[in-house]
Amino acid sequence: MLEAFFTSIPAMILTTGLLVGLSGALLGCFLILRGAAMLTDAISHAIVLGIITVWMLTGHLHGPVQLAGAVVTGLITVALTQLVHRTRLVQMDAAIGLVFPAMFALGVLLINLNARNLHLDVDAVLLGEIAFVWIDTMPVLGQPVPVATLALAVVFAINLTFVSLFWKELKLASFDPALATALGFAPGLIFYALLALTSVTAVASFEAVGAILFIAFVITPPATAFLLTRRLAPMVLIAAALSALSCVTGYALAQHWDVNIGAMMAAMTGVFFTLALVLSPQDGLITRRLRAGQNQRRIDSLTLILHLAAHEGSAHAATENSRAALVSHLGWPEKRARAALRRALDDGLIRRSLDAGADQPSLHLTEAGRARAQSQMRFFSADAK
Amino acid sequence: MGAVLSSQIVQTVLLGAALLGLISGALGAFALLRGQSLLGDTVSHAALPGIVLGFLIAGGRDLGAILTGAALSGGLAALAVIAITRQTRLKPDAALGVVLGVSFAIGIVLLSHAQGQSGAASAGLSAFLFGQAAATLRSDLWIMGGLALAALSILALVWKEAKLVSFDPDFAQAIGLPVGGVQALLTVMVALAIVAGLQMVGVILMVALLIAPAAAARQWARSLGAMVFLSMGFAVASGVIGALISAGARGLATGPVVVLVATGFVALSMLAAPGRGLVWQELARRRRARNLRSDQVLGTIHALARAHDDPDYPAEQGMLRLEHRAATDAALSDLTARGLLRETTHAPETTPHWQLTPKGRARAEALEKGAKDA
Repeated sequence: MLEAFFTSIPAMILTTGLLVGLSGALLGCFLILRGAAMLTDAISHAIVLGIITVWMLTGHLHGPVQLAGAVVTGLITVALTQLVHRTRLVQMDAAIGLVFPAMFALGVLLINLNARNLHLDVDAVLLGEIAFVWIDTMPVLGQPVPVATLALAVVFAINLTFVSLFWKELKLASFDPALATALGFAPGLIFYALLALTSVTAVASFEAVGAILFIAFVITPPATAFLLTRRLAPMVLIAAALSALSCVTGYALAQHWDVNIGAMMAAMTGVFFTLALVLSPQDGLITRRLRAGQNQRRIDSLTLILHLAAHEGSAHAATENSRAALVSHLGWPEKRARAALRRALDDGLIRRSLDAGADQPSLHLTEAGRARAQSQMRFFSADAK
Repeated sequence: MGAVLSSQIVQTVLLGAALLGLISGALGAFALLRGQSLLGDTVSHAALPGIVLGFLIAGGRDLGAILTGAALSGGLAALAVIAITRQTRLKPDAALGVVLGVSFAIGIVLLSHAQGQSGAASAGLSAFLFGQAAATLRSDLWIMGGLALAALSILALVWKEAKLVSFDPDFAQAIGLPVGGVQALLTVMVALAIVAGLQMVGVILMVALLIAPAAAARQWARSLGAMVFLSMGFAVASGVIGALISAGARGLATGPVVVLVATGFVALSMLAAPGRGLVWQELARRRRARNLRSDQVLGTIHALARAHDDPDYPAEQGMLRLEHRAATDAALSDLTARGLLRETTHAPETTPHWQLTPKGRARAEALEKGAKDA
């Protein structure tokens, strides 16, 4: 059973994808709450320079040395960016946009220059090849486990431990860094630890999904979860579930269409994001549209009875308090005026009467309508004071 | 070198690099000023799916189709970022990250599909990830030239509006300019600049060619016009120098070299730009500190003169040292050089003494008055 699992290529590919997705989503939730999503972009590009530098120094392309190198690279990237920003000669976003392309460019050139000795081409660093993770295995408890998968499992365990141990600190540092400082926590330190772990995860993931697709795994499922809930714990759980779902569906579709598996998994995170963007019961575009319509109707109804109340009993009451006036004086389209009238009639706020000799019915407030108009006007005048 | 320059391929590459520099330099200046540096990164990554689609539809490497596709998908990505930021509670950087990651993933999905279709096609395509200046064709230059002409003439036409919207959108709104329209136009033109650079530096590094020349120019320039022209100059120089280096050394992708040259210009500008650069700031700080010390020493001599009711009172150097320590000697020689003090002797003592010149007295009184007024 266990052996069947470890020798099954699809099972290994899926496990690897799941580990990338879950490790990324765990950290991503806090990164996007903190407004540091684009630092992930910077780190995942800059990590290319770290990988090649560590290889040139030690000859290792995998393993603990690379993970340690990743921490250093990630922190250097962030520190350099802040250094450039702190000169106050450029803004923060420009500082990010200056530092990581330079590091990435240097990394690509070093790979170019060492291409003959290095079994690593630029495409592999950028895109990874999750379909081939099973080629390079090492025995664990008698089972052949892919090296990349093992590294990811270790990183996932570290991330999970970090997030559960420092849950409270992370929460506070993400939502209210000032309070965290006041209470004696070190939000800066927590933040740097988070970025260091992001770098480690990026290095562990690059062989599977590459440096750039990694961004989609870190940012998109948490951003999707953010649209679906306003609480942190559900957000993390939803993000993890969406990652898993993206991996499984992405794998199936990639098999079906015969395309890059890692990229298809990352693209699926985008599909779920789009769905949440449109359908989210809290913030989705449809909900927003409905809510905006509801507000508009409520306000129209109120405008109508205030208009009637203002002209009630005046000399112009006959011309003002008619449907034609709503269209010509308030500038409402015919349809909107009719809808507002129907609503107010249904709510029992107005009534219609056809006077002798008039070509259209005139509108009158009912008792309930007058009371509503008066209470609203009291509300406005209280507001003005 | 002469042989390299006369080769037709190199001439084409250099012309292409120069044209690209004109576009990205001019539009990068606006992107930088409007705080849209990272939008450029998202748009350039998001050009990938459009490139591959253009490739698939044209059935080969046709620059026109590829650039149209890139412009469409890049522009769409920019609009998506703006829509997500406006319509949800997500922070702008999360919107940028989502669109960047997902568009790039879609691009790779399409790319792997295209490579599955024809192995030969992939070589021409992967050049768009990092740029391959050597692959530039003569006919491509017409397209890039057209893009440059279009971008620069649009910019010239809306110059005043673009300037106002970039620096003070609220005021622009108040005087009735179509702010949203101008902003959208500038954003779309950034997508255009990115598209123009794909051939040369590739999707991943294009953001640097947009931002770096503008950031370098910003350090030297005092006006928008100067900044845009300088930025174009830096971008052209980066493109040309980078293309030359990469043509001279085999196996070096053009994009990264161009980006490193541009980064070099930024580093140089941030250090050396007059009035703003870090070296300049440090020199100015030292000059201020020296002037302050000199003024303090001058004040002490003036106070001694008044206490002794003798405007020409010779202050003893040792006494001044007691008050001003190690700074004394440098301040004394500075003040003497500026004609505010003169050295004198006071027999029978043999140590050096210092007295105010009329000019020094005037300066000391002015300083005293200034201190009182403040």
